Amino acid sequence: MNVGLIRINKHFGDVHANADISLTIPEGRIFGILGENGAGKSTLMKILSGYIQPDSGEILLDGEKVLIDTPADAIRHGIGMLHQDPLDFPPMQVIDNFILGERGSLFLSYKEKIQEFEELQGQFDFSLDPKAYIDTLTVGERQQLEILRLLWLGAHVLILDEPTTGISAQQKEKLFEALKILAKGGKTIIFVSHKLEDVESLCHSVVVLRKGELVGEVRAPYRTENLVEMMFGKQITLSNPRLLAQERVVFDIEDLVVEKYPLTIGPVNLKLHAGEVVGLAGMEGSGQNVLLRACVGLIRPVSGRVVVNGQDMTHKNYPGFLEHGVSYLPASRLEEGLVPGLTLAEHFTVTAHEKALFIDKGYFQQKTEKKIEEYHIIGRPGTPVESLSGGNQQRAALSLMEERLAVVLLEHPTRGLDLESAVYMWDKLKERCTLGTSIFFISADLDEIMRYSDRILVFFSGRVSPPLDASQVSLEKLGQMIGGKGWGQAFA
Amino acid sequence: MDQARARRFSVLFQIGGIVLAFVFVSVILLLVGANPLTTFKLLVEGAVGSASRISNVLVVWMPLLLVTSGLLVTFSTGLWNIGIEGQITLGAILTTGVIRLFLDASFPPVLVIILSIIAGMVGGALWAALAGLLKTYGGVNEIFGGLGLNYIATALNIGLIFGAWSREGIASMSGTDPFPKEFWFPTFESFNLSWPSLVLSILGLIVIFFLLQGTHFGLRLKAVGKGMRSAFRLGIPTKKYMMLSFMVCGLFAGLTGALQVVAVYHRLIPSISSGYGYLGLMIAMLINFRAIWIAPIALFFAALNIGGIQLPIVQKLDSSLTGVLQGSLVLFILIMQGVKQRVLGKAEGE
Repeated sequence: MNVGLIRINKHFGDVHANADISLTIPEGRIFGILGENGAGKSTLMKILSGYIQPDSGEILLDGEKVLIDTPADAIRHGIGMLHQDPLDFPPMQVIDNFILGERGSLFLSYKEKIQEFEELQGQFDFSLDPKAYIDTLTVGERQQLEILRLLWLGAHVLILDEPTTGISAQQKEKLFEALKILAKGGKTIIFVSHKLEDVESLCHSVVVLRKGELVGEVRAPYRTENLVEMMFGKQITLSNPRLLAQERVVFDIEDLVVEKYPLTIGPVNLKLHAGEVVGLAGMEGSGQNVLLRACVGLIRPVSGRVVVNGQDMTHKNYPGFLEHGVSYLPASRLEEGLVPGLTLAEHFTVTAHEKALFIDKGYFQQKTEKKIEEYHIIGRPGTPVESLSGGNQQRAALSLMEERLAVVLLEHPTRGLDLESAVYMWDKLKERCTLGTSIFFISADLDEIMRYSDRILVFFSGRVSPPLDASQVSLEKLGQMIGGKGWGQAFA
Repeated sequence: MDQARARRFSVLFQIGGIVLAFVFVSVILLLVGANPLTTFKLLVEGAVGSASRISNVLVVWMPLLLVTSGLLVTFSTGLWNIGIEGQITLGAILTTGVIRLFLDASFPPVLVIILSIIAGMVGGALWAALAGLLKTYGGVNEIFGGLGLNYIATALNIGLIFGAWSREGIASMSGTDPFPKEFWFPTFESFNLSWPSLVLSILGLIVIFFLLQGTHFGLRLKAVGKGMRSAFRLGIPTKKYMMLSFMVCGLFAGLTGALQVVAVYHRLIPSISSGYGYLGLMIAMLINFRAIWIAPIALFFAALNIGGIQLPIVQKLDSSLTGVLQGSLVLFILIMQGVKQRVLGKAEGE
């Protein structure tokens, strides 16, 4: 089935997630969609599979215009989507999941179904036990089941969203073989990924998305540098940031290994100097946030040590880290950053950790006003935090942190912020660096990583590079490593 | 929409809820063949018809003040302390226990009463702490834990009344042996209204009002309730504050139970909590958890309770009718809040 997307537009608030995207995807081929996080890949695929509706644009199947409002519509038109996280029912058996979603018969004939299931999986050399329970399966096996199920439901178009995350090398090989068989049989395969290697070895052709726009289409064979440039844009000129770092080590990570299903992260070795900025680069879900949480006592590491100002903090909990001047600002501002329903003044009161019984409202009013001015927060002391804009929330969260901290850990400090707010945020963070605070931050934005970091750790599926000197590493090289290439050289 | 208009809007919906509740109860009354107007009139008369009736209303008002005040503390931390009934019962049991212990001792009765009330408060707080431990460290939802503990408390109470503390020869549902008069709380002359109870109840309300409005403690409770994960990240020990809120509420529930023993029944009876805990939950929901409204709404509920007493005699209606009215008031006002949000949401969406 040939798939056509014509001038698809989708906005999320101010973000133009898909800008006028037109594509033709021919049947019988494996078609890659490449781009970094937030490039708009998933949005586009969710539109095609009925999970979200576009603001404008058309979908053509074999040249005919169709309306796809729900995932059920998509399946009826023969479009099946394999999600990054398998959408199955863990307490049930493989065969139950297989049958689920099938229309029609009220009564089930298990024997028949199992036979049909075995025949189908035989075509792809899969070996799933129909009686096994889902929660005993690996991610790769669940994926195989989902593919079989979608085919069983009559899918002609298969969309795979980052299918190689969290599966073993053998399973990946099997998956690729199955996809090739399917393509040969005339199915349309859409392969969404950020992994250059996978795309290069599998796809007949690739389109690259960047910041919601279609950058271009390339056919195999590919030039890696070309794809990296399409994904991340032109080289940027860099300022030399490495001025604030001092000799003193404030935060010492030694052979730290952290596990969070399905990733094993590390071992990580890093000595963070006072005033230094270290950026964690990598695709989302490659293990950066797991490492960060292990560095503030929110996740227990498997092995290794975390030392803050000479004190071993490895098995301390979060309040212990906080006491030793390690502060953490997560990406989800209103879930883990600020308390919705409380005003700005109430936030400053709560974070003062006063011993007194009664609140000195006048004092905290003044303190809040001072901070509001200092951090350019647009709001009043009585403004509930949830009604502040994203940038103002982020500034408020920063202003709540104590002045003299050893380390500040941040997840996506400027995500969702406009340029001005982002620049302001970093000005404030750099101010803290001059006071000797070190910064350890995650960002999906390579520009941000390159511009503000002294050193960089690159993550790929739980693998962590040694600290790379930001002034020595090129954007292209970084892009390749994020896509899982050139790791051999990095360690040399 | 500006704030003043939004507020007027909201009042309108609340009044609508009250009207609907009365309409609903009227329909039920018509269905059972009673005249709604006569019934409502009887309710009013039953509550304020005479000085002793007003005194009776105040006797019900006091425990409602205390439990609702306590419940606002647990609601601040976002917790549903259904276990409050058991906490009241435990308070009553410990108070009775202490008084029985010192009945024959030569301590001054006033001292014994004070001691017994403190014991009751501690009992309530500890029973609440159990629910808290189950919630914070055991991962048991406080509603399930609280319900379970309520049953245990009731069983314990009945067990004592029919067992260890039973009347000689005639263990019965009427409770344990009444205490001698010197172990009773003093009352106003010729009324059953006890003035120390009144003082303690009003004091309790004032304490909670200021605790929630103006203290660091109260603000931290609120932060935990509104956003536990954020509060934790901002350095508030969330488990500790959840435990504390349970225990403060338990303290108030225990005091309620203690006062029921020393000021109302002068003994332990099987239904010592009188369902005031559940009624308090309803009041808290009805007033949308604002302490300033506790006193009037609790008074209204107390009046309904007392006003309903004579319904069976005069109208041949069951006195549980007042419960129906109380319940439907809460339901309809909550429904109207939901309706309001939908209407407002639509207005904003356009």
